[in-house]
Amino acid sequence: MATVRVQAGPFDVGAETAALTAGRTDIGGIGCFLGTVRAGSGERRVAAMHLEHYPGMTERAMQRIAAEAERRWELLGCTLIHRTGPLAPGEPIVLVLAAAAHRQPALAATEFLIDWLKTRAPFWKKEIFDDGTEAWVEAHDADDTAAARWRERD
Amino acid sequence: MSEVRAAGSGLHLLYFAWLRERLGTTEERVDLPASVRTVADLFAWQAGRGPTYRAAFAGPSRVRCAVNQDFAGGDAPVRPGDEIAFFPPVTGG
Repeated sequence: MATVRVQAGPFDVGAETAALTAGRTDIGGIGCFLGTVRAGSGERRVAAMHLEHYPGMTERAMQRIAAEAERRWELLGCTLIHRTGPLAPGEPIVLVLAAAAHRQPALAATEFLIDWLKTRAPFWKKEIFDDGTEAWVEAHDADDTAAARWRERD
Repeated sequence: MSEVRAAGSGLHLLYFAWLRERLGTTEERVDLPASVRTVADLFAWQAGRGPTYRAAFAGPSRVRCAVNQDFAGGDAPVRPGDEIAFFPPVTGG
């Protein structure tokens, strides 16, 4: 069973990794993706990011995404943590851990998990700029393209 | 996974992100309109509620929908007691 959490506060990558591997000797590798808030490179710099989610549906969607990864790669464990609320540039925002017997499924599952998390879990980002203006982040076609790589053939 | 369904005979409508801000409401409870049998019908009904709703729901809308916390397309049925959420394409991660 995957560990899935939506939380306002920070997470500890070391503690989450330790929890995933506690008492186990069958795990050969853990893939890790740690997403952080970018300040951006445009004229306006991002002063803060605000993350909104759909309590209930977001957790259900994350559980399903984790279950799909476990089905496809025979994972030995999996952790998905996504933060909400206000976040400053540089702060960690999302953590994906995928444990498997070997590196290949661990790394592939990690890529799959973040691709699907970005396109199938209900979260919305709003950027607050240093000039006081704000804007909701638009969905990117590149994210849909990345997620479509994992479509299974019938 | 267990089905999520609100009590009562009406609809529980939820709004997120810029849609929530533009409509000025987080949630509302409405009686199930007689004309509504599917999500597509509900978009059409929403579009008829005034200029703000029309801008969000009419035509080739960018707005997405979930029925009882599952993503739903236009063909999805709408039934009394359903929790129906409207939101922009997701941008987490």
